[in-house]
Formats: sequence, structure tokens, C-alpha cells
Amino acid sequence: MTDAIYIEDLSYSYDDHPALNEVGLSVRKGEIYGLLGPNGGGKTTLFRILSTHTRPQSGVVRILGSDVTSQANEIRRQVGVVFQHPGLDPKLRVGENLRHHGWLYGLSGRLLEARIEDLLRAFRIEDRRSDLVETLSGGLQRRVELAKSMIHSPELLIFDEPSTGLDPGARLTFWKDLERLRSDDGVTVVLTTHFLEEAERCDRIGLMSQGQVIAEGTPFDLRKGLGEKVLSIRARDPETLRDALAEDVGIEGTVVEGVIRIPDVDDDDRVAEVYRRFSDRIDSVTLARPTLEDVFVAKTGRGFEVGGNDG
Amino acid sequence: MRRRGGDSKSGATMAEAVGFVLPTYSLWRREIIRFVRDRSRLYGSILQPAVLWILMGSGLRGSFVPLGGGDYLAYIYPGTLMLILLFTAIFSTISVVEDRREGFLQGVLVSPISSTSVALGKIAGGTTMAVGEGLLFLVIAPFVGFSLDVQTAVRTVVVLVAVGVGMTGLGFRIAWGMSSTAGFHAVMNLLLMPMWLLSGAFFPLVGVPVWLEWVMRINPMTYAMATLRWAMDVDNAMVDGLPDPGVCAAVTAGFSMAMVGWSIYVVGRRPT
Repeated sequence: MTDAIYIEDLSYSYDDHPALNEVGLSVRKGEIYGLLGPNGGGKTTLFRILSTHTRPQSGVVRILGSDVTSQANEIRRQVGVVFQHPGLDPKLRVGENLRHHGWLYGLSGRLLEARIEDLLRAFRIEDRRSDLVETLSGGLQRRVELAKSMIHSPELLIFDEPSTGLDPGARLTFWKDLERLRSDDGVTVVLTTHFLEEAERCDRIGLMSQGQVIAEGTPFDLRKGLGEKVLSIRARDPETLRDALAEDVGIEGTVVEGVIRIPDVDDDDRVAEVYRRFSDRIDSVTLARPTLEDVFVAKTGRGFEVGGNDG
Repeated sequence: MRRRGGDSKSGATMAEAVGFVLPTYSLWRREIIRFVRDRSRLYGSILQPAVLWILMGSGLRGSFVPLGGGDYLAYIYPGTLMLILLFTAIFSTISVVEDRREGFLQGVLVSPISSTSVALGKIAGGTTMAVGEGLLFLVIAPFVGFSLDVQTAVRTVVVLVAVGVGMTGLGFRIAWGMSSTAGFHAVMNLLLMPMWLLSGAFFPLVGVPVWLEWVMRINPMTYAMATLRWAMDVDNAMVDGLPDPGVCAAVTAGFSMAMVGWSIYVVGRRPT
């Protein structure tokens, strides 16, 4: 079975500033795949290329078996795209937005009307069909947007930062809708996000930093790679303490944003020993299961919030 | 929401026949809906030129008598018609900038719609509104001294459509590359309004300084203006100094086609 998305050696630069640097990844059919990274990591550029909005400069990008440069129209027929900025026309009613969008895909007549009815029902917006989009809340608009992106029954849906601007309730609804689309319709979903908790809900994620995919896998596997627990130590002089830990106790850590992080700690006695010997220099000690943020820090040596510049 | 299995194949064939008419119609219809719902635009693009016409025409009619005689109000009436077309065309194409900023345009560009449909849908929408507003103003033509028999009316509408296409096409091309409406307003003030002012709408070609005459001669709107004057009154003496009506009409039609072609070309620079 071909992958829903296959990318190899993809590079893209804005003038002299590289945004993507030899990116490679693959998305399997039927999965929810998240591109996780701090702002400036290259997610948005990658999203633009996947949406056929921007042409790749070098490398291979195949979507549903078609090449993104030479067969963009094949791809457009089978892919639904949701941009970060709502693509709805605020001056049109909900039903009009769906109908006009259907026409863009060559749908019409009873077939289109039936499709619109199905979607209004599926996204629980039947009673909003005659409302102007500008009068709807952000969460409702996001539902209309989802319905719109599904009008031509795409096999693949791609989203740029879908949760931005949604309150927690609307975010939860959005995710339930995504999971339903995946299980009922077999739709493959790719989304970009800088929310760690959102990435945790994906089947697999690609971790992006400075224009590269630095790790790929299920959130579970990525976290497991760091061992059972991660020890974080806050101290007034973290660099000196890190060196002392390495010399006296034989524990190697890295300092990121003033915190010493030590992955793969499985011996509670060592933790107690560290605290006993250095308690006068330590502000706090946290021992926790690794998060995706820890994965990011371990792979890049940088904090999650610190990235490149534009994206 | 059923789609897997047997349905997916018919879905694919259905989508392959995207065609040209429906997507173009979709964009055209959206323009019309938005225009009709926005009352200020609906009235603004006709009232502003109409008020200008009444004030300027009434104020200047005592001091100036157009070449060949006649009334100044009548002289600048076709020019006002042109201004109404220009205003409507500008306000309809400025929405390209807004569509891009709001995200609607991106959604259109990642659909399987052809570049020709994108440009033509938008230009057709703008032209429809421009001609519609022009027709509203044309209703008072008989009271200004133009006899609108069927032949004249048909001829005038044809010219209005051709001019509308050219202006909307030019506006579309300008708006396409812009990221802010402020930039569009600058172009409007520095290019579009002078083009109108120097088209023979306000004063004829004859009698102006040589440098100005040349500016007017290379201004495509001059030929549109002359064609419109001729369409409304074949015996019009106001177009002295310009080539035959046939040549003016050809320039006008050529300009409109060039603008449409240019618009299609710029849209086509996205991946296909």
C-alpha cells in the first residue's frame, strides 16, 4: 500500500534563509499524523507545500501517489485543506459557503445538496445553515470549516495549527470530529501543532526543529526512547552543578534554559543521593515520566519554545 | 458521510469532471451576493460619481462651453458613467486583497479550479456589478439629452461590458500581488484616477498642451471614453483629434483582452 504522504530530501529557502533542510517523512493511510515543533521550525512551510500552495524547490513530495509539482490537480481533488486563518466567507451563510465550495470541486445539483445535508448533520450545524458565518463563534466556524474541507470526500485532510484560537471545549469537539472522520470515513489526517498535548493525541508525530524532522514515531515510542524517568534539577548555578554531578556521581546531564535535564533515570536511590550531596545548591528536583518536550530537548539540546525565526 | 469502499471510486470520477463553468460560476455568484449584501458599496459606487457629476457639471456649465457647443453637464455625463464603472471595478477587485488576507483565496487556490476560472470568475463578477451600476445611471441619459433608442442602448451596453472587463481586469491584476489594501488605494490615486481624469472624461484632447495630449493619447482609457461617446451618440463631435470609432473600439477591446490574459497569467504562476 502506498503511503498517504511520502517526502524525501525536501528543501526550501526564502531568499537566503533555509526553512526546510532535507526533510524526509512518511504518513501512512488512515493515521492521524502530527508535525510538532516550535514556531519557526518549518512546519508552516511544509504545510504550504503539502497543500499545493507552494512549490517545493528540491526533493520528492508524493501525496496519495501523485507528485506535488507535476500532478498538483490530481492531489487537489483528493485532499481537503484547512488553513490557520479561516477560509470561510464571513459574508456568506453557512449553507452558501458549503455550496460555493462544492462548485469549486465540480459538484452540483442533488448530489451536492445531499452531501451538504450529510455534512451539516455530521458536524451538528443543521440549525445554522442560514446563519451568516460572521455571526458564529470560533468553535462553530471551525466546524463549518471542517465540513467545507470534507465537501469533496477527500482521502486526506491537512490542517495548519487547527487548535489555535479555540477554547478547550471546542478543541475537544474538534478532536472528536477528527477521530470520527478517521474511523468512519478512513480519512488520513495531517496537522501541524506547537501544542504538546495535541501531539500526544496523534497516532504518530514528526518532531521538527530548524527545518528538519529530527525524530518520527508514536508519542509513546518517542518518550520510551528516553527511558523510564527524566530528572530535572533547578539550581542557581546549573552549569557548575552539572559538572559536579558528572565528576562526583557519574551522572551526565544537559543544561537547557537553566534546568539540568537527566534522561533515563531508573534508580531512585541515585536521585536521593544527588539530593543529599548537593541539597545546598539545588532549588528543586523533579522526577517524572518523559514528555514530548523532554524528547525535543534531548534531540536538539534546546528548549521547546526556542526555535528559529519565521516559519 | 459514507465514503469508503464502492463510494470512493464514484467520488473520484465525480471530482475529475471539475470543468470550467461551475467553479467560475461559484466565484462570480459569490461576488454578486457580497455586493448586494453590502449596501454601502451598492450605493457608494454610484452616488459618489453622480454627486460629482451634478456639482461639477452645474458649477462649470456657466463658464465652459464644450467644443462644438452643447451643455457641459451632457459633456461629462459619459465620463461620469466611466467613473461609475471604474469605482465599481476598483471596489470589487480590492476584495482580492481581502480574500488573500482573510484566507478565502488560499482555499480557492488549493482546489482543483483552473487559473482561468479564478481570474474570469472574479472579473465577470466585477464587470457584472460595474455594468449594473452603469445601467442604473444610464436611466437618466434621456434627460441629459441622449436619445436612447434600442440600437443606441444595445451599442452602449456592449461598450460598457467591454470597458468593464478591461477595468476589472486591470484592477484584478493590480490587486493580485498586493498584501494590503493601502497599497491598492495608492495605485488607485496615482494611476487609476489620473487615467480617468486624462481620458477625455473631463476635457477633450483638442486644445491641451502637447505633452498632455501625448499622455492622453497613450492612455487606453482615452479610447474607451471615445468609444463610449460614439456609442451613445454617433454624431458626437467631442472625440475630435482621435482615430476613427472603429480604431478606438479595437483598442478598447484589445486592452480588455490583454488585461484578462494578464490576470489569467499571474494566477497561473501557482503550481498546476
